[in-house]
Amino acid sequence: MKRKPIYRSLFLFGILAPASILFQFCKPKGPAEVATGNAASQAYVAPGKYDEFYNFVSGGFNGQMNVYGLPSGRLFRIIPVFSEDPTSGYGFSEETKPMLNTSHGYVPWDDLHHPALSTTNGEHDGRWVFGNANNTPRVARIDLKTFRTAEIIELPNSGGNHSSPFITENTEYVVAGTRFSVPMGDKTDVPISTYKENFKGTISFISVGKEDGKMKIAFQIKTPGVNFDLARAGKGPSHGWFFFSCYNTEQAYTLLEVNSTQKDKDFIMAVNWKKAEEYLAAGKGEKAKAKYVHNWYDEKTHTATSEMLNEVMQLDPTVLKDMVYFIPCPKSPHGCDTDPTGEYIVGSGKLAALIPVFSFTKIQQAIANKEFEGDFGGIPVVKYEAALHGEVKKPGLGPLHTEFDANGNAYTSFFVSSEIVKWNVKSLEVLDRVPTYYSIGHLCVPGGPTRKPHGKYVIAYNKITKDRYLSTGPELTQSAQLYDISGDKMKLILDFPTTGEPHYAEAIPASLVMPNSVKIFKIEDNNHPYVAKGEGKTNVERKGNQVHISMTAIRSHLTPDNIEGVKLGDEVYFHVTNLEQDWDVPHGFAIKGANNAELLIMPGETQTLKWKPLTTGVFPFYCTDFCSALHQEMQGYIRVSPANSNVPIKFSTGRTEAPAGAAGSK
Amino acid sequence: MTSIKPTSRVIIVVASLILIVGFFVPLWQILMWAPQYPEGLEMDVWYNDITGDVKIISALNHYIGMKHIEVGMFPEFQYIVYIIWFLIGFGLLVAISGKRFMVWLNAGVLLVTGAAALIDFYLWGYEYGHNLDPTAAIIVPGMSYQPPLIGTKVLLNFTAFSGPDLGGWVFVVSFCLVILVIILERFFFNSKKA
Repeated sequence: MKRKPIYRSLFLFGILAPASILFQFCKPKGPAEVATGNAASQAYVAPGKYDEFYNFVSGGFNGQMNVYGLPSGRLFRIIPVFSEDPTSGYGFSEETKPMLNTSHGYVPWDDLHHPALSTTNGEHDGRWVFGNANNTPRVARIDLKTFRTAEIIELPNSGGNHSSPFITENTEYVVAGTRFSVPMGDKTDVPISTYKENFKGTISFISVGKEDGKMKIAFQIKTPGVNFDLARAGKGPSHGWFFFSCYNTEQAYTLLEVNSTQKDKDFIMAVNWKKAEEYLAAGKGEKAKAKYVHNWYDEKTHTATSEMLNEVMQLDPTVLKDMVYFIPCPKSPHGCDTDPTGEYIVGSGKLAALIPVFSFTKIQQAIANKEFEGDFGGIPVVKYEAALHGEVKKPGLGPLHTEFDANGNAYTSFFVSSEIVKWNVKSLEVLDRVPTYYSIGHLCVPGGPTRKPHGKYVIAYNKITKDRYLSTGPELTQSAQLYDISGDKMKLILDFPTTGEPHYAEAIPASLVMPNSVKIFKIEDNNHPYVAKGEGKTNVERKGNQVHISMTAIRSHLTPDNIEGVKLGDEVYFHVTNLEQDWDVPHGFAIKGANNAELLIMPGETQTLKWKPLTTGVFPFYCTDFCSALHQEMQGYIRVSPANSNVPIKFSTGRTEAPAGAAGSK
Repeated sequence: MTSIKPTSRVIIVVASLILIVGFFVPLWQILMWAPQYPEGLEMDVWYNDITGDVKIISALNHYIGMKHIEVGMFPEFQYIVYIIWFLIGFGLLVAISGKRFMVWLNAGVLLVTGAAALIDFYLWGYEYGHNLDPTAAIIVPGMSYQPPLIGTKVLLNFTAFSGPDLGGWVFVVSFCLVILVIILERFFFNSKKA
């Protein structure tokens, strides 16, 4: 064996060492882009100044609706919708418990994915925002005067209300398409393997009262068993139609990851809901038995009511022709978005390498000319090419959702390539792209889904934040990024964390919402059965083993604040009325050992906390909202005596008396 | 006894009748601001009523032992309306009589009424600001809370302003019109008599 000369090794080292150092320099840098130019000043809202837009951001698995300001990204409020909220007492107070009632009983949590702001003539009117419950299918209506959940309606024959709550141009309907097809009717106990035969989908059209916003399921359209994903109403020329993306046309019921992604194309389902209305008016609907609840909150009694409903009207498109059509759309479409003109429908196949854009005019022609390639479950399938306006070529990887500005441009989010791509709707030409941090889901342009987008910004809502913020253990925040779109190029100007997992979001000019904000509830209008409209009206009343306390709160005392005569085994109801008639003076109420939560009572409102003491003794209660300089003095005691005692009901505030039986008390 | 010109009579009639405006607008206003009340609180005094954020002001003032403001604490409200009608009637009487000395009398009556109202308001303010509940939660030694008669005053965390509202200004205008007649009669309509 011959030894290699040492100089050769040295030579090699001499070459390799600098090369490897050089190589280090050539390594691509991380994607941590820094905002440039005057970005900071663009997102800066000076102290005491207002944001230009409200941003209603779905809370995802927190089940709530989160309200941010734009462009600052400041969080103002988390509106309790589908999840109970111990902070406000939502779902814990006797008045709000019915809001979370369902046909499955009280459901304390859900998963809210999509907000939908009410519109008139296809433009934001600032009246309500709707939200969907993805898990136990429901739709909620939030009143933007109070920023409170005003109404919740459950959806029968649905499993996973994902394709919801998208709305028609004049908020005539809110839709709800089922993600999971399920067996329905009389035959629900069936083998899972009988999917093709027994599983059906439904699309519910919920009518919305023109003045009061009251929701009612007007009709359901039965569909073949598939998964409905997202939807958008037509607008302008396409008003009267609704478009739903659907996947799993393979009708798989297991390992959907593989089994539902086999076909080259799934569908966008086009529904002519004006036609559906005609059929309904002609009595072509069938009443089907179904159990679902309808809950609403009365602002006068400050109390929610839950009503059980027993039937729903259904329409069968295999019998009722010319109402429903399928349009092939590549690779498991997710987003299905109509542009502001109402002419173009953008389908986003989440596994596709292109974005198909359909033309409403062409769809109408194709239907008129019967350009069908066959049928699916008895519903005609329009020829892909006949409906197609064109395809955006090589836009990115994993297109999900598309929003629009007022200048004919579209902004599509790409989960896999983690970017937003701007393209022209007519020419289908890609104009710009920016990275997001990381893995964007939905995106939002203020007014993006309306006929008149407000434009100005696009906001990315991301699933992954990794290294973007100070780390907080294994569980990290989700985030949003704000981009200026007023120029040709999108420009990152702000990055902010979000609560819950943001899915879809909508933004609306503050001027359409803020002037209508309610400041107080008028005490004269309070019709709560246990209201005390003044300290002289307070009362403690025994009804069997229930003790009802009509209590008042005003800066800085509770009346009564000394209560006796409660016995072990009693259920005590604290009905607390906030007597204040001044803005931003809520009072809280909490009592030791309560198994529920606190109450947070707005001025002029009455809320009830139920309390069941488990031992005798004297229990303190107090105001939990720092209401005034003497907030810490706002407290009281309630005495609980043994079940067989003779302590009479007694209550007062401000009365001091000589201690009974104390030595020298005479 | 000298009579006044028809023009003067008309001005006197106008000066009397505009006092009716005071039945529809407040006479006096008190405005208050604090860090917690950037939007301000307002109290309006009418011939026979008090309106505005009276409840809120009372709720705040109870901490320092001030009385609850209510209509009942102003016995003046019982008869102010009659005084106003008297002023209007007296003005019309002056116009009808057309006597120059009556105009002087008219000015005097208005001046005395205005001064009396201000003195009355001052006395009420003194009582309201000084007669404090000894069991009040907040007692600042040596501190009293008399609202300003006219102008601005800082009281603890509040800045208070007091001044005439539309009705008050109408009263001022009415008085000025009467004075105008005196000036006109004295310096401009005097030539004939000479």
